[in-house]
Amino acid sequence: MDFDDTPQEAAFRKEVRAWIDANAPKYLEDELKQASFGSSGLKSIDPVAAAKAWQKKKADAGWACLHWPKEYGGGARTPIERVIWGQEEGVYGTLSGTFIIGQGMCGPTVMAWASEEWKEKLLPPLASGEEIWCQLFSEPASGSDLAGLRTRATRAEDGSGDWIINGQKIWTSGAHISDWGLLITRTDPNVAKHKGLTMFFLRMDSPGVKVVPIKQANGASGFNEVYFTDVRIPDSQRLGGVGEGWKVSLTTLMNERLSIGSGMSAGFPDLFKYCMDAEIDGKPAVADPAVRSRLAQFAVRQSGLKYTGMRAISALSKGETPGPENSIGKLVAGSTLQELAMFALDLQGEAGVVWDEDSPQTGRFQAMLMRSPATRIEGGSDEILRNIIGERVLGLPGDIRVDKDVPFKDIPTKGSAA
Amino acid sequence: MNLDFSAEQNELRQQVRRFLADRCPASAVRKVLETDAQYDGDLYAGLAELGVLGAAIPEEYGGVGLGHLELCVVAEELGRVLAPVPVASSVYLAAECLLQAGTEEQKARWLPKIAAGEAIGCWAINEATGRMRPEKVGATVEGGKLTGTKSPVADGAIADFAIVLANDGDGPSLYLVDLTSDGVSREVLSTIDPTRGQARLAFDGAPATLIGGAGDGRHIATQVMDRAAILIGFEQLGGADRALEMARDYALERMAFGRQIGSFQAIKHMLADMYVSATLARSNCYYGAWALATSAAELPIAAATVRVSATNAFQHCAKNNIQTHGGMGFTWEFDCHLYYRRSNALALALGSLSTWESLLIERMSAGNLEAAA
Repeated sequence: MDFDDTPQEAAFRKEVRAWIDANAPKYLEDELKQASFGSSGLKSIDPVAAAKAWQKKKADAGWACLHWPKEYGGGARTPIERVIWGQEEGVYGTLSGTFIIGQGMCGPTVMAWASEEWKEKLLPPLASGEEIWCQLFSEPASGSDLAGLRTRATRAEDGSGDWIINGQKIWTSGAHISDWGLLITRTDPNVAKHKGLTMFFLRMDSPGVKVVPIKQANGASGFNEVYFTDVRIPDSQRLGGVGEGWKVSLTTLMNERLSIGSGMSAGFPDLFKYCMDAEIDGKPAVADPAVRSRLAQFAVRQSGLKYTGMRAISALSKGETPGPENSIGKLVAGSTLQELAMFALDLQGEAGVVWDEDSPQTGRFQAMLMRSPATRIEGGSDEILRNIIGERVLGLPGDIRVDKDVPFKDIPTKGSAA
Repeated sequence: MNLDFSAEQNELRQQVRRFLADRCPASAVRKVLETDAQYDGDLYAGLAELGVLGAAIPEEYGGVGLGHLELCVVAEELGRVLAPVPVASSVYLAAECLLQAGTEEQKARWLPKIAAGEAIGCWAINEATGRMRPEKVGATVEGGKLTGTKSPVADGAIADFAIVLANDGDGPSLYLVDLTSDGVSREVLSTIDPTRGQARLAFDGAPATLIGGAGDGRHIATQVMDRAAILIGFEQLGGADRALEMARDYALERMAFGRQIGSFQAIKHMLADMYVSATLARSNCYYGAWALATSAAELPIAAATVRVSATNAFQHCAKNNIQTHGGMGFTWEFDCHLYYRRSNALALALGSLSTWESLLIERMSAGNLEAAA
């Protein structure tokens, strides 16, 4: 048991460190550290422009998409090298948040299912950050029950083989800045819900696509509604067979769980620093017994997440594949962030209600409080993650699905249940 | 980077697990619970023969001279089966204390006997209800004679010697007392977990020899208890994992409303949360094992982290194992209560959860900010 690099790992780390030291946008470092949720909190510069600039620089030097093959613009590095890169990239890695969905989920799906021609066309600009992708999956009537989606794709009547899309997606992160979208649709409502789906990709500036930002509970707008009105897609932009969309979507979802939640912070370092500085009855807050007890509980969760991550890295380095047990990252981090933010505001007393530049740590805990509910939902809700742990890790039976063999058109919906 | 046990260490785990499956079924634990026996002597002798009591004791003192990572592996396996033996008292505490601070004579006399299972040591620090504080130490040593009462003392009724915290002219110091001496009396206490016995030790002028420097008792005791916290953390981890397995197995087997109860989200999610707490504890325990094996500067923080995390996990898993079993889980016949007893007893061994929570933050705020990252 040790935390040291092997000689090869150490050499790689040295190379990465030197390059980052010479090339990182250091003028953004402080601002990135302050930002609660990645580069989207940047104020001094357009976050998308900053993200694209950093990604392009990495791509030109061969550091983009380390897990992709070189012919598609990747770095063809080992899992351990990716981890080392991530450790060394540090806070600048949050700049890449804009590309997580494209590079982490859409890219691998395209890689697994698209024609060679399309792969060569789509993947390099995605790796280099020149093009941004979004994932058009969730719908108003189907969130966690993804296969319940209703957006229709029908063959055009002109015999061209093209598809006509009508319907609506929701919770689409980054749709407003995306060039491409990965779109799952229903092509056959007469079969069971998982069987009538088909996957496509499309330009987000296609005629008939309308993106409407959603104002979130925290006042920000990272998600969108996307409306499709008679949007035409050529059949060559289909991924997988007609009716095989569910199978294709599993590629995306599997990669989603690997991308989100690995190495998430539960916010403890910020809280601890605050409790060192803040006072209760003229003494540092950390000296208060009630504070200590709560802090200790947050501390062991943070440390448990950290070392769970290190165990996953250890497994990777032995050639093992990370499995569903990694679902605990986001599950623990999400709820801890929320509890921790509530506790930090409690320590601020009545002034905790104020959310401005003068709030402790410039309102970081207020921002955390208002954003954390989304963390517990996006990319798999707490409940879905518990199901995954229960079923795939512990081997418990799946939930009973009463809609399993029912044709989609006959499944009751809101209003029809009575 | 390798935060995992080696192939050899996992081989040792398999060996110990096979041995315990054979020699320590639940019926062995129950025998100690349901009779006046304070521990399973045959099992203890078997562990000595297997060499695991001396895993972390150097060969010159009769040990096997493996190391603390190996002892962590053994501890986890003992915890899984709730082994009713005084390993924590004798090996994690008494032997560790002698290794840290004992005189050459004390080490040469007692360590080979501990490794061979021929002598049992115990850790006699507590005196009263509530958090242990230096001013609460009432036992005194004058002219090499110890007077006072220690209670509760784990395995105090079966131990051959005790390590006692007592005030002498220089403040609290640690003393070694041969429990067969004149001036020692013991009384077995009734407890929530009789599978690890507790006793009250009364000393009336019993001969005592100093361990470490006079007045250094608190300091040495803290170091020893930190090391033991990591080892007991592994016992807690083993217990948590086993309680989760029991709950999982029952959730697969038990049918209600026409379904396996594990298919209900209420049960499934409770088990998922047990898995989460056991996994966080496992990761923290591995960190602790690394700190223990390397005597890293982070050891005090790692120890408190293990203590809090492993205590959370074992209590969480043991109580929800009963909940998963429903009414059957609260019967004497099912083994759930054995784990529930042990989880709560271990949560108090070495000092309560709130004590360790406070200690963890105190240590973090004393300077090692990086540990918080």
